[in-house]
Amino acid sequence: MLSYALVLSAVLFVIGTFGVLVRRNAIIMFLCIELQLNAVNLAFVALSRAIGIDGQVFVFFVMTVAAAEAAVGLAIIISIFRHYETVNVDSFNLLKW
Amino acid sequence: MIEIVFFALATLAIGSAFGVVLGRSPVASLLFMVSTLASVAGIYVLLEAHFLAAIQVIVYAGAIMVLFMFVIMLLNLGHEYQQDLKSGVWMIFAFLASGAMAGLLANRFRGAGDDPMFSFFDGANAIDAALAEKGAVGVIAEPLFTTWVVAFEITGVLLLVAIVGALVLAKKRVGQGG
Repeated sequence: MLSYALVLSAVLFVIGTFGVLVRRNAIIMFLCIELQLNAVNLAFVALSRAIGIDGQVFVFFVMTVAAAEAAVGLAIIISIFRHYETVNVDSFNLLKW
Repeated sequence: MIEIVFFALATLAIGSAFGVVLGRSPVASLLFMVSTLASVAGIYVLLEAHFLAAIQVIVYAGAIMVLFMFVIMLLNLGHEYQQDLKSGVWMIFAFLASGAMAGLLANRFRGAGDDPMFSFFDGANAIDAALAEKGAVGVIAEPLFTTWVVAFEITGVLLLVAIVGALVLAKKRVGQGG
């Protein structure tokens, strides 16, 4: 069960990475980042079953940080949309080196 | 029985994850994401993390995904039905990067079943005993408010900063033409 959960977590993380790399829509890139965070949370919960309850506490903190990240990131997307009228990441390069 | 439920939920989670990546409209991707989150919450229940399963459904699927939905509706992106996958070099790079990551993870997990790390610790029995004694919330709350109380308080500050930052970033600048 533990190793199955870890494999599922790895598969979800790889799908999330692929999504971040191939999509152009900034909101869907954010959703894929949430998918990656979720995969890591699953690994934490699975390992907390073997090692101790601290893994679940850490998942709690990861969820809080994910909420903060979503709020700030979506605010940035709204701000960019006001300026460029699109959320396509090819259209803006202000945050690019 | 638990294995069957696990594999059903895992299949649903992976299928929905592909739906998130390949969904044609942002709203479809978002709904697939909610489905993934719900499946993972079910797997949390199978792993005896009941409180986190509830938090996953209430906070993640209930609040964060609704925030995404608000933004999609606010920016009126719901009817963008064109495929926006990157093409050419980026696609090859993405396949290489995620393939390399999958290979590394698979290499790590190949011997994980008999890894001494997983058999040496016997956390499962300890967690089951703690669950029976303190309940699903108490078993998380005790380390959260004793060992990790500093991190917990700093998390509160982090959320405040995030709220203020989001407001400052998203508000219209009056008189500057925003």
